[in-house]
Amino acid sequence: MYPSRFRYEAARSLDQAVRLLRDGGDEAKVLAGGQSLIPMMKLRFASPELLVDINNIPGLDYHHADPDGSIHVGALCRHADLEHSGLLQSRQPTMAAAAPLIADPLVRNRGTLVGSLCHADPQGDWASVVLALGGSIVAHGPDGRRTIPAADFVLGPFENALAHDEIAVEAIIPAPRGAPAGGYLKLERRVGDFATAGVAVAIETDGAMVTRAGIALTGVGGSTIKATAAEAALTGRPLTAETIAEAGRLAAEAAQPKSDHRGSATYKRHIVRTFVVRILGRIEGTQERAA
Amino acid sequence: MTQALDEIKIGGMGASRKRVEDNRFIRGKGNYTDDIHLPGMLHMEILRSPVAHARITRIDASKAWEIPGVHLVLTGEMMATRNLAWMPTLSYDTQAVLATDKVRFQGQEVACVIADDPYIAKDACEAIEIDYEPLPVVVNPMQAGEPDAPIIRDDKENQAGNVIYDWEVGDAEGTDRAFEQADVVSRLQLHYPRSHPSPIECCGSIADFNRSTSKLTVYMTTQAPHIIRAAVALVAELPEHMIRIISPDIGGGFGNKVPVYPGYVCSILASILLERPVKWIEDKTGNLISTGFARDVYLDGELALRRDGKILGMRMRTLADHGAFFSDAQPSKFKIGLMHSTFGCYDVPVAHLAARGLYTNKAPGGVAYRCSFRVTEAMFFQERMMHAAANDLGMDQAEFRRINLVRDDQFPHRTPLGFLLDSGQYGACLELGLKAVGYEDFLRQKEEARKNGRLLGIGISTMSEPLGAGNSREYDILGIKMFDSAEIRVHMTGKALLRTGARGQGQGHETTWAQIVAHELGIPADDVTVEEGDTDTAPFGMGTYASRSTPVAGAAIAMVCRKVRAKARKLAAHLLEVSEEDIEWELGRFYVRSAPDRGVTIQECAMAAYSNMPDGMEPGLENNAYYDPPNLTWPFACYIVTVEVDPETGVWDVLNMVAVDDCGVRINPMIVEGQIMGGLTEAFAMSSMQFITFDSEGNCIGSNYMDYLIPTSWETPGFELHGEVVTPCPHHPIGAKGVGECAAVGGPAAFVNAVMDALAGTGVRNIDMPLLPDRVWEAITERHDVSGAPPVRSDG
Repeated sequence: MYPSRFRYEAARSLDQAVRLLRDGGDEAKVLAGGQSLIPMMKLRFASPELLVDINNIPGLDYHHADPDGSIHVGALCRHADLEHSGLLQSRQPTMAAAAPLIADPLVRNRGTLVGSLCHADPQGDWASVVLALGGSIVAHGPDGRRTIPAADFVLGPFENALAHDEIAVEAIIPAPRGAPAGGYLKLERRVGDFATAGVAVAIETDGAMVTRAGIALTGVGGSTIKATAAEAALTGRPLTAETIAEAGRLAAEAAQPKSDHRGSATYKRHIVRTFVVRILGRIEGTQERAA
Repeated sequence: MTQALDEIKIGGMGASRKRVEDNRFIRGKGNYTDDIHLPGMLHMEILRSPVAHARITRIDASKAWEIPGVHLVLTGEMMATRNLAWMPTLSYDTQAVLATDKVRFQGQEVACVIADDPYIAKDACEAIEIDYEPLPVVVNPMQAGEPDAPIIRDDKENQAGNVIYDWEVGDAEGTDRAFEQADVVSRLQLHYPRSHPSPIECCGSIADFNRSTSKLTVYMTTQAPHIIRAAVALVAELPEHMIRIISPDIGGGFGNKVPVYPGYVCSILASILLERPVKWIEDKTGNLISTGFARDVYLDGELALRRDGKILGMRMRTLADHGAFFSDAQPSKFKIGLMHSTFGCYDVPVAHLAARGLYTNKAPGGVAYRCSFRVTEAMFFQERMMHAAANDLGMDQAEFRRINLVRDDQFPHRTPLGFLLDSGQYGACLELGLKAVGYEDFLRQKEEARKNGRLLGIGISTMSEPLGAGNSREYDILGIKMFDSAEIRVHMTGKALLRTGARGQGQGHETTWAQIVAHELGIPADDVTVEEGDTDTAPFGMGTYASRSTPVAGAAIAMVCRKVRAKARKLAAHLLEVSEEDIEWELGRFYVRSAPDRGVTIQECAMAAYSNMPDGMEPGLENNAYYDPPNLTWPFACYIVTVEVDPETGVWDVLNMVAVDDCGVRINPMIVEGQIMGGLTEAFAMSSMQFITFDSEGNCIGSNYMDYLIPTSWETPGFELHGEVVTPCPHHPIGAKGVGECAAVGGPAAFVNAVMDALAGTGVRNIDMPLLPDRVWEAITERHDVSGAPPVRSDG
């Protein structure tokens, strides 16, 4: 496991990192948690000429809520920070459910949410969670900052919307307008395995009514899939056995799985449906448990 | 009166002594092959074939030679000029060292580069240009047996198709007659999927040829250093006394480190050519795709049954996928290992086994992965067959086994396929297991749960397996008899150095062997150093695999201690000024029979051996022993698993697992329990997730730990162990039997039987391992068997 030759620079500031990226061109890569990049380099699936390490840049390891209720996750906030976050436990059930399911404890200690979004792996868990929550990504570049909605951030498998001299510095989860509820379920053959299928559900309710629904699917397509028809089927309606079953059916339809060694397409679709129903069925206040 | 020694306190037999080797391992102070750095050492990397079957039309290494820091590029053509392009295997076949004509599996060694550091060597490997002309690919033995299948071994003159052997044992006609008389014939077809031992430390070697002394020293990850020395002497045509194989600490072996691999041979040749030390350390993918795999056998058989449950006869056919070269590590006279040990623990009057082996375009080298040469497949088939047969008879699983297990008064028991089982209390183990798991209660719970749509199941596996090859009459590897050895030197102050021909790789030899010395000589275990693995110092032995070390080397240790004790007795008589006949022995001390207070300790005898021996006696207190066991040892195990299956997802959880192991006398109960837990974990792995498969083009799925799944502590269930039943081995000097692999051998069927029991009533007879959730869900939903090598599914 010997990577190709590469240059390594440890940036001390965001501006320095951006300069290094600009000079490095397409052959430069940002190193944050390194949990995908380093294995890919060791397998020589990736051979960047320059690594710009941002781990020494101060002030990026935060996650907090703004007074308006939005949640902000810095580029160096580790999965483990989110796993043990009281903030998410009390305010953001979908993220709180996903955090302990990310890979394994070793990866969680180093890997970052923002890095996972940038990696744009269709089997990345956070991409589904942030997509379901309607989040966005803040990019820092030579000309300042811009905010990119999660829905526009991933262009395809392993391809994101950042310019080569931009760094994703923060993910933003917008403030809920209703009471947030939801969860994340994934089927994996073993801890640390990529998802056979994963489902993120984030809803907001006002009384019995669903006011906003976000459903996104992991590992069942060429990129993370937003199950828009399933979302529409819930929005403006109460959670009942019927609406839950309908959402499950529509989410399974939205999936575009391929058969592989993790399971057949039929099985993966079935898991999507089962998980949507299970997450929605477990939400407190649901009048009837889903069939 | 002197206080007699407390054997447990001195770390003797039965003491759960902490493992002395762990002191260095848990501190990170182990000394593995990759930890060794020699002055002037170069580094070797191997270039492997990306395709499974192709003719090599061109190799151009000129760009690799041009890279600064590259010292040597080896290709098959260069190996051939030294007659080293091919090497003999442990099963009387040949294996390519570096491919010359064509590549026969993905990952096959094609070239290697020796450079200043491994990074340069890897860069240079990528700079080698090779043209491959693709050939049709064969990925299973059914394809290999087709009349128009491409001939994989066209290098062999008399090889017409892809069949390697047809081999049979037992009484075919008698078995046919038994089936004619059967009330019920129960049949089962299975595939035991390919897996890989996958030790955390991969294979590697450092070859150091010194031109001035003509001596070749090789540090190597090997479980059998003396066999390697013999092989190197034969293959490299070097004189055996000029070869020193050192096997340093080994980071797991599980059978993977028994064979000779091309990397070893190339590093040795490179060192001879360059006259510098050459280090080769395999990466994880190289290990998984090219080194000794395990299993990959299709099993098909029947039981002839009487209505009351008595087995009248057994018939079995095996179809084994050996990959591109028949390089199984096994006793040479057997083609499919000890597969014919199947059904050994049951009183079966007549049986027949027919085995066929074929070449395919897959990695070669069936090794005994934590098993005694294919007994894992034998016992898995046996216990899955027992489960199916009990169901076919409408009979309780436990009762069906009770009826057929060999009774205590039937030993020694000769099996219809030729083995002699020494001893056991099979019924007692089964009853203990049933009691521990709460069998009757669970059956009631299962019925209750079913009413609520919950699927509970219970699976039993009972088996006895042959451990500790040889005897030397029947067991040899390429003619070298499978005995083992020990040598002990008792120093002047009564401390001792013990060496054996075995080579531990995690089993705890340094701890256990000292306990045998303590038991035999009364020297505290802490006063005994154990050394293994250096062919210049250790006595000749066949190494450590197939649970053979305690049955064979362990016996040699007891025997050498008895030789030393016999001499110490003479010294004691001299010191006590009585005749030898008047001397009695108790642990650690000789005394005068008529005056028990008059005695000398073993330590005093040791001092006398160097300072006060009688006239005419040779000084010193040391000896060696070679032990040729009269038979294999036959431990017995009963494993019972309960599970709950989620019908919506096919995910299954283990509720409870009970393991009853009767492995004879336990030298160190803690180490035995550790071995059983490790084996059960691997049994769980096999049944749930751990396998290697191939797509139709021969691409290996399972070439890294992302795809080759080894369970973590998160998935692995807890185990309840029982060791109350102890049947000492009648022919072993200290009554011990092998144990290291029992749980890995007998365990998988218990898990699978439990899941199949949960699915009872769906009409599903079999799901082949691994029982991944999608396969279980498919069986439940479609109500059909899910059989065969786990396919790499694709929609197009």
